[in-house]
Amino acid sequence: MTQDTLTKGVSLPVRGGPLTRLLMADAAGRRLVMALMALSVVVPFCNLVFPEGSIFHVSTYTMTLLGKYLCYALLAVAVDLIWGYCGILSLGHGAFFALGGYAMGMYLMRQIGDRGVYANPELPDFMVFLNWTELPWYWMGFDQFWFAMVMVLAAPGILAFVFGALAFRSRVTGVYLSIITQALTYALLLAFFRNDMGFGGNNGLTDFKDILGFDLQQDSTRAALFFASGIALILGYLISRWIVTSKLGRVLVAIRDSEARARFLGYRVEWYQLFVFVVSAMLAGVAGALYVPQVGIINPGEFAPINSIEIIIWVAVGGRGSLYGAVIGAVLVNYAKTYFTGAFAELWLFMLGGLFVLTTLYLPKGVVGLWAQMKEKFVTPGGPGSSSDSISQNQDKRQDDNDTGTNKAEGSV
Amino acid sequence: MRAAFLRLSGRMQRLLSLLIFPALLLFSAAAAQANTLSLAEVGDALIDANLRQKAPLVEQLLSVEDDDTLRFAQTLLEGDLYYRKSDRLLLTKDDDDLQAFFTQEPVVISSKRAIKKISVNNRLRIQLRAGIARMQIFASSEATRLTAAQSLLKSADDIDTATLKEAMAQETSPKVSEVLALVVGLKQLQSDNDNERRMGVDALSGSLYPEVRGALSNFIRDSEAAGHTKEAALAAEAMEKIETRLKINSVIENLYFGLALGAVLLLAAIGLAITFGVMGVINMAHGEMIMLGAYTTYVVQQLMPDHIGMSLVVAIPAAFVVSGLVGIAIERGVIRHLYGRPLETLLATFGISLILQQAVRSIFSPLNREVATPEWMAGTFSINPALALTYNRLYIIIFSLLVLALLALILKRTLFGLQMRAVTMNRPMASSMGIRTGWVDALTFGLGSGIAGIAGVALSQLTNVGPNMGQAYIIDSFMVVVFGGVGNLWGTLVGAMSLGVVNKILEPWAGAVVAKILVLVFIILFIQKRPRGLFALKGRAAEMG
Repeated sequence: MTQDTLTKGVSLPVRGGPLTRLLMADAAGRRLVMALMALSVVVPFCNLVFPEGSIFHVSTYTMTLLGKYLCYALLAVAVDLIWGYCGILSLGHGAFFALGGYAMGMYLMRQIGDRGVYANPELPDFMVFLNWTELPWYWMGFDQFWFAMVMVLAAPGILAFVFGALAFRSRVTGVYLSIITQALTYALLLAFFRNDMGFGGNNGLTDFKDILGFDLQQDSTRAALFFASGIALILGYLISRWIVTSKLGRVLVAIRDSEARARFLGYRVEWYQLFVFVVSAMLAGVAGALYVPQVGIINPGEFAPINSIEIIIWVAVGGRGSLYGAVIGAVLVNYAKTYFTGAFAELWLFMLGGLFVLTTLYLPKGVVGLWAQMKEKFVTPGGPGSSSDSISQNQDKRQDDNDTGTNKAEGSV
Repeated sequence: MRAAFLRLSGRMQRLLSLLIFPALLLFSAAAAQANTLSLAEVGDALIDANLRQKAPLVEQLLSVEDDDTLRFAQTLLEGDLYYRKSDRLLLTKDDDDLQAFFTQEPVVISSKRAIKKISVNNRLRIQLRAGIARMQIFASSEATRLTAAQSLLKSADDIDTATLKEAMAQETSPKVSEVLALVVGLKQLQSDNDNERRMGVDALSGSLYPEVRGALSNFIRDSEAAGHTKEAALAAEAMEKIETRLKINSVIENLYFGLALGAVLLLAAIGLAITFGVMGVINMAHGEMIMLGAYTTYVVQQLMPDHIGMSLVVAIPAAFVVSGLVGIAIERGVIRHLYGRPLETLLATFGISLILQQAVRSIFSPLNREVATPEWMAGTFSINPALALTYNRLYIIIFSLLVLALLALILKRTLFGLQMRAVTMNRPMASSMGIRTGWVDALTFGLGSGIAGIAGVALSQLTNVGPNMGQAYIIDSFMVVVFGGVGNLWGTLVGAMSLGVVNKILEPWAGAVVAKILVLVFIILFIQKRPRGLFALKGRAAEMG
């Protein structure tokens, strides 16, 4: 349903469809969407048109790296949607990302066909290596692109639905939920490491050749994937934005701020939580599916609990509760990671750890909230003395102000 | 086994026929005064004798039964008997240390060429082994007799039936008799007489020695091949009895391993039961507190390399202090500012865990460190021949219970414990009664972290000590605390032990990884049913977590 409304919106932007209304009320989002659109066109253009050596040339390496960041940004938006707006801190979102990635990886594996080392037209190399004679049932259909794409959404979606239904219905929330989501991704990590699972075990899925008939090593294919990532991020952002500005979104915020109160007001809290959790998992799945063809491998390491926690720090650094902040945070932190793991590998974990501590202590609104925070610090009479506490208390209030602003623009309650 | 015996004896016969003639010629004189040759004389003669001439000398040697002879024969068998070329002094070589055989005084030699080995061949070795076994089986010490009897199980051919019967008749210890009866049974299996073989099977039925199982399964195969179906069926029955007992054994063993794993989980989770259970602080750096404790053990051992046994005892308070201080620093520096915001606490402490890991990686190395196990912790005690339980696991089970008991005592019986409970129950009220709540918070967190450090000392004896070791336990520890019920030490105990046992019982059936996954899935489902754990706190306090 969300998809339909949006596509309609895209086709009729001028006449004041939902998209216009959505973007009119969201200055930062407008800028972000414009920037992303420009990026998705300019980077592939510069890569393909300008020859190597030209100052306008963007190398394929850089483009792939940027594409990776875009996927991470989409993942961060997905996490911000549930954490920033519904208070669900999932420490297992890497699992949904990885599941989407595996679904894509399985399609790409099947596309290899008989070009593998063992030249078996039916079975991927690792199955031949394990002396399997036929394709397991759950690999059926993955030679079809459409089926794989359905699974990219369905696999994380179904897992999130089952898990969420169990968790939210028995009112497992807060820290407990965080810990069991971490256990979930840890269990999946262990499971996918096993060879018997039929997902390539330790080595995962790799050696991909082509996607939809296009060679993955070609610059043009890479450019198309980059473009797709940019579009996916824009769509993901718009969907999330649409959800959080809708009436449903305000119920979500109510649940975040006081779950018990929302329940007493008559809202079926668990259904709201479940809905947003499933949407978020699907977005994460899409991010994973776009990530895999660009990096060329998916392995169980993606399920590692630390990966999921890193996503949280992207969102926290960018600014929890502001979707464009999540995008900024993901890009910032990952750029820092690329830079520091290259230049000072030893320092990176210190930096990452420090980021966790400092952002939670001093930047509750992330970098996008920095400006407001500074202003408040110098304008409010309380002065710097009461800084950290007052900010944390005001955090939610300001969030509400934001939303009220949107309300007025939309002219609804 | 039987075929091997035949082959060996065939070779012996050939060798003997080659030997007899020259041996007779050379040693007819010596043989005449056989009984008068002392050990020293035999040793002296061995120096000059060639391999063929050694056989009757060894025979001579083995005819006397005393401790020196036994030692002589064993040294000779192991190829550790040397002599000094200059004065024909007999020497024992132990690694690189030399000592005189008779006086046992250390001997220093100028070069390796000053000494020469008294060599033996296979034939002599067989002769020696049989002689030694015979001697040991009549030894005065019960332990020696038992070892001798057990080694006979491996090679029943080393002893002849007559000697065995004699030994059986003389034996007073029931333990040794039991093993000897098995040796008799093994010998009977090889007999040509149907009845004897059946008696053999009977004697072996239900025994847990792996040698007996091997012999029986060979016997079943041979009997079937030879058409002795009746014996084969009997033996199969005996085998079944053995298998049943082995199964019971493995259940006991799994239970023991499970309890040990539970003890490890308990140690890891007790600290968390305080920081998470009592204070409500999600400390993701808890695993790193364990790691710090393990590294403290390593450092203490490096500081006192000559007292490995003591080092562990020193390490326990040291680890408590190190982890406790780090814990207090974390509480004062970070967590204090985040009370009431559990999700932020979780993230901040996760950041701290990353910093601590990287710090350890930079200071020590990314590689695992070796922590030595003191002698009193090594070794096993055997309950029966197929079941030996290691001491270190036993100590850890006891240790974890002690720590738990101590903690319960602190909580229930000390002023600090009282203040701690007061603060967690009602902070403003406690504060107005004059309790310095901030100070109590810091100490409580320090206590929880310190206990994690102690867990690290115990874990250093079981697993690798490395920068990532804490991460392996953090999820498990949370599972234990959540499963057992937050804020409840009793629940932590039951939770840890049941998770440990369930894990180990599932393991042989499903494999280690699947077992772990099943346990995780079980807990995830369990939390759905009882979100507050096995032993949930009742009332208002329960709603605060």
